[in-house]
This record gives sequence, structure tokens and C-alpha cells, in this order.
Amino acid sequence: MQIRSMFFKANASAALANPVLQGNLRTSKGKFVDKRRAAVADFEAEGGDFEAMRAAAAEVRNLVLKDLDLWLEKFESAATARGATVLWAKDGEEICRHVVDIARRHSVRKAVKSKSMLSEEAGLNQALEASNVQPVETDLGEYILQINDNEPPSHIIAPVIHKSLDEVADLFEKTHRKPRKTEIPELTREAREALRAHFLDADMGISGGNFLVAETGSVALVTNEGNGRMVTTLPRVHVVVTGIEKVIPTLEDLSLLLRVLIRSATGQHISNYVSLLTGVKRPDEHDGPEHLYYILVDNGRADLVGSQFQDMLRCIRCGACMNHCPVYQTIGGHAYGWVYPGPMGSVLTPLYNGLDKAIDLPHAATLCNQCGVVCPVKIPLPELLRKLREQQVEKNLRPWLERVAIKGWAWVAGKPKLYALGTWFGVRYLNWLAGGKNRIGVLGAAPEWTLGRDFPAPEGKTFRELYSTRRR
Amino acid sequence: MRVALFVTCLVDMMRPRIGFAAIRLLEAAGCEVVVPETQTCCGQPAFNSGDRASAAKLAKKVIAEFEAHEYIVAPSGSCADQIRNEYPGLLADEPEWHRRALAFCPRVFELTDFLTRVAQPAELPGGFRGSITYHDSCAGLRSLGIKEQPRALLAQLPGVELREMPGAEECCGFGGTFSVKFGEISAAIAEKKCANACTTNADAIVGGDLGCLLNIEGKLRRMGDEKTRVLHVAEVLAGDR
Repeated sequence: MQIRSMFFKANASAALANPVLQGNLRTSKGKFVDKRRAAVADFEAEGGDFEAMRAAAAEVRNLVLKDLDLWLEKFESAATARGATVLWAKDGEEICRHVVDIARRHSVRKAVKSKSMLSEEAGLNQALEASNVQPVETDLGEYILQINDNEPPSHIIAPVIHKSLDEVADLFEKTHRKPRKTEIPELTREAREALRAHFLDADMGISGGNFLVAETGSVALVTNEGNGRMVTTLPRVHVVVTGIEKVIPTLEDLSLLLRVLIRSATGQHISNYVSLLTGVKRPDEHDGPEHLYYILVDNGRADLVGSQFQDMLRCIRCGACMNHCPVYQTIGGHAYGWVYPGPMGSVLTPLYNGLDKAIDLPHAATLCNQCGVVCPVKIPLPELLRKLREQQVEKNLRPWLERVAIKGWAWVAGKPKLYALGTWFGVRYLNWLAGGKNRIGVLGAAPEWTLGRDFPAPEGKTFRELYSTRRR
Repeated sequence: MRVALFVTCLVDMMRPRIGFAAIRLLEAAGCEVVVPETQTCCGQPAFNSGDRASAAKLAKKVIAEFEAHEYIVAPSGSCADQIRNEYPGLLADEPEWHRRALAFCPRVFELTDFLTRVAQPAELPGGFRGSITYHDSCAGLRSLGIKEQPRALLAQLPGVELREMPGAEECCGFGGTFSVKFGEISAAIAEKKCANACTTNADAIVGGDLGCLLNIEGKLRRMGDEKTRVLHVAEVLAGDR
């Protein structure tokens, strides 16, 4: 996907000025939050210990990352033994090349897809179209986006969360040329009717993968619509595109991770569908693909192994961090400008695309740590954002004015007499600006503050002045 | 017991009365309060802006100024968290300073946490009459576990009625330098916080971190709300004088 994260600030302003989006964000805000909270409460009411489960889940992910190459080799041999072909892709271009090659080899003209964020990283749909393969998104949200001129998703598990029912109804009326529907079940039925034909005549199914199980060579898929199951069983070719970090050792580990993933993501105890797909169709089986390919993708991940950002690779893509993020809740996902929004996106986008391509993202957080406390695999997201800020400073990527201001403040704070003098003048300057009122309407030194709020005036004198007089 | 007050730079400049209120509260709890004169800033702005070197310099300054005291108390969860939880990591590469940080940091407390867990005053000097809704500031809540402490103290004042707002634990949008780098987003988040607080119709919005309070007060006034007071918990507990 073309990165637009360098325009974060402008994107965010546009999002704030868009009344339809703001309405939709208000409607959706808190839904996932409430559901997760209820799911955790239910789990604990039944005697479970969610915190202990988070810790165990983080430990499994750490164990894998310690020997990632070995677990991947193990997965590769188990998957190959069950008739699958494992391919490796170092970047998005290579993903596209592999998929197009496979499509050619098997004379594929149409590919049905279930949700895959990796295919967004790669811009896979465009590559398929350029090779005369028609890609059809079958996840309802992704389908809506595809028929809306290939709009990008705004959330990793709820790609159209930024849209209202009305917007979808308009879009369906225009695209399907049927009378306008207004109820969700009717709209869903209409999408299903449109998609069914595609499922039946697709030659290839493309899916993501929530987990790769090393001991069995299986891929686990978590979905709520059932489209994932159709995509992976009906067409004669199935291609799984997923990141190299998604491997886990055993089925036992899978059961643990599913418990934290699903509760953290949608607040369900278990999703409507959990598919565990192993190998190609065997002679005694009625369905399943004749050809199964795994494309395991690096695209920046391998560089994080052993780095100060390795913790990020624990991520199991639940979306809880963005659901709970005050910034995400306020501007939505598109403003972040690439595939992954919210806190995890603000860490991954600069790491996968270059620090200079997403200069604002590590700063686009209040460091409130709501993300850190809900992350099912305990990724210290605020700490990682701060480390990215440190790297920006080391590489001189921050605006000079900010660097001077921060360095200057720290320098003055290191010299108590100078600090006392500076703050003496500072509060008097602010009071002069306030002009006798208890607030300042326009603050020249920090104009951003007063764009949308006043700056309260200081009391008058500094604490240190008053304290030294009172003590005397 | 001897307590050194870490005033915080925001209180020093913007609301000295919070510093004096903290002194009154600590004295009411029987503490002998000292205010080291050379203190300035804990270094959080530099730390959160990625300027680790500047943050480490200020960390050493704070440790040197305060480590002789039995307890160190700050009327701010965010500064107390910075000192208590971040200094050891910040100084990890310098063994001597790291050792000093480890000895020093566990003695640093946020004010309400210190009052409830350590000093335990029998009586509070405050006499606030009216309804209060409490905003939980992020660092205090999620890094220091400050949730019940201010509420328990406020409940000791007979005239106070505590009304919980929806989303009390949600960030107000301040975020330190975030508020001046992304003013529009910050103010939009503050608007939600104010709307939530106003559903309680409380006389005052009270919190334990001045940064959040300036943000909330600034947004409330811009929204045209002139009547809801915005107060630091120390001011309420210590009363006006």
C-alpha cells in the first residue's frame, strides 16, 4: 500500500472536520471496549485469571521469537509433509510475484479472498488485476471497501468501522442496482447473494493466517462470517499469505492464544468460526484445496528480531490497542496513512517503512498506556513509541524548533538560578497575555494549544517566590 | 517523619497554591516537610520527547537533591511515576547512578498515595462543600495504581459528594508535549472528557495532575462553561487558606 503517514497531521485535521466520520466514530467508540471488558469479567467470574493468561500468552510468543528460524523450519517441514508448498517473500513485491506465478501455473482467472492485512501491505489486489486475475474480497467489510473504489481499511479487524449503515446502503444500491435496503440483515443477504457466485467459480482462495502451528503444519483462521471457510475449502488452489512471526509451537499454545485473542478483539468467548487447516485435500476427503501454498512474509519483520523492538513481533492482531486508544477513537484509522492504525500501527509503520516516512506517528499518542494494559500479549506499546522517538532524535529527524525547545528547557532546568529567573519572567509574560483575565485565548509560544481550548492563566507568582517570602 | 516535597514545575509556575496545599496536608499528617530549593523539573518532557541524555541529566539532579530524605512526595502521578518507575531504566548504563536510583525511587510517592498508605492523617484540613467528579490521570492510575486513594481521602470530607463520570479512567488528551504538537486532536479528546464530566453536573472536576487539569479547564472555558470548578485534589483536601 502507498504510504501516506507523512501527512498524518493533515489527515487527522480532515478527519476531525468530517462530520459524518465523527458521527460514525462516536457511534462505534466504546463498543469493542465494553465487549472486551464484559468478556474479561465473565472469564474471571468463571474462576479464570485473565492477567495470568496474558502473561502466559506473552511467554509463548517470546519463546517463538527467541528461535524464530527453528520454529519456521519446523513448520515448513510439517506443512510440506502434508502436501503444502512453503514459499518465502522478503517484501510486498515478492508476495505479489509469488501469487501471480501460482495463479499462472494453475490457470486462475478469479481469486476469492478472506481478510489478509499482508495483502494490504503488498497491494496484492492491484497486482492480480494487472495480471488479469480478478480478486474478490469476501469479508463483508473488505467487500464494501472493494466496491467503494478499493478504499483502504481503517481497522485491522473491523475494516469499515468508519462507515455508517446509510453509507453502506447507498453504496449497495449504486453497485448492486437493487432497491435500497436499510436493515443490516437485508444488506448482508444482498452481499451474500453477490458473493456466492464468486465463491463457486473462483479458481483460487487467498487467506491470511492468524497462527501457523509448527507441530502440525496447520494454519488457524479466526473469523465471524464463514467466508474464510468458503475461501479455504471451495477453490482448487488455496494460498495463505501471512507474516513469519505468526508461527507458534503447538496446538496447546493455539488454544491459549485463541482465548486471549478473541476476548481482546471482539469480546466473544470464541469467534463464530475457528478453522484449523492442515494440508491438501486427501483422496478420502470431499472438500479442501488440491494445491496449498504458504507465502511467509518478512517485509521488515526479521530486522526486528533481536532489536529493541522485538516485543512488537508478539502482536497477534486483535485490535484492542486501537479500540482503546483516545487518539484512534477521535480520528479513526485512515489518518495513520498505512495498513495498521492506532498504537500498534504507530510502532509498525515507521519500522516497516522507515522512520522518516512516518515522522509523526510515534508522537501521535498521549502515552496514556491504555493500549499497554489491554494488549493480550503485553506489548509495552508506549515504551516502544518512546524508543522510536529516541531514534528520531538520534537521527536528527525532529523539527529543529522542537529540539531546541526540549534541549533548552532541560538545560535551563539543570541550572536552578536560571530556571528561577526564567520562570519568574515566564509567569509574568503569561499574565500579561491574559490581560487580567483568568485565561489566555491565543498563546503565541504554543499556538496549537489554543486552537481548540483556552490556556488557564498562572496564579501570579511562582511557588519558589512565594515559598521564600512566606518562610522569611 | 521527614518528607521532601517535589513541587513539580507546573505547580511551581501555574498553581503554587497546590504546593502549599500539599505542605498543609503533609503537616496535618504529622510530617516535617522540607522543600529543597534547587529543585526544578523531573525531566519527563525530555524523556517523552526522545531526548534521553537530557532526561538522564535531570534524573541525576533530582536524585542528588532528594536522596537524603526519608520520603519524597509529589502532587502529581505523572512526575512521581517518571521518577519512581523510569529513573532506574534511564540510568541503567551507569552502575553507580543506577544503584542510587534503585535506593531512591521506592521512596518516591504521589501525594494521595502517600497520605493513604504511609502518612495516614487522622483529620484533613479541607472543608469543601459540594459535588465532585474525579478524573483519573493516566500515569497515576495505570503506572502507580492510584484509583481508590484520592476517593478515600475525599470521602473523609463530610461536605463532599462524589459522583463518578462515565469514562473516568479515559485519557483527557493532555499527554504533555502531545497537547502542543497535536493541539486539534488533543482538544477534541478533551472535549469528550469534559462532556463526560459534565453529565454528572458536579460542582467541581477534581484530579491529581495539574497538566490534565489545565487541559480540562481550558477546554471547559472555551466551551463556555464558566461555573464548573477545576481543582487539584490537594486543594480540596487541604481547603483554602
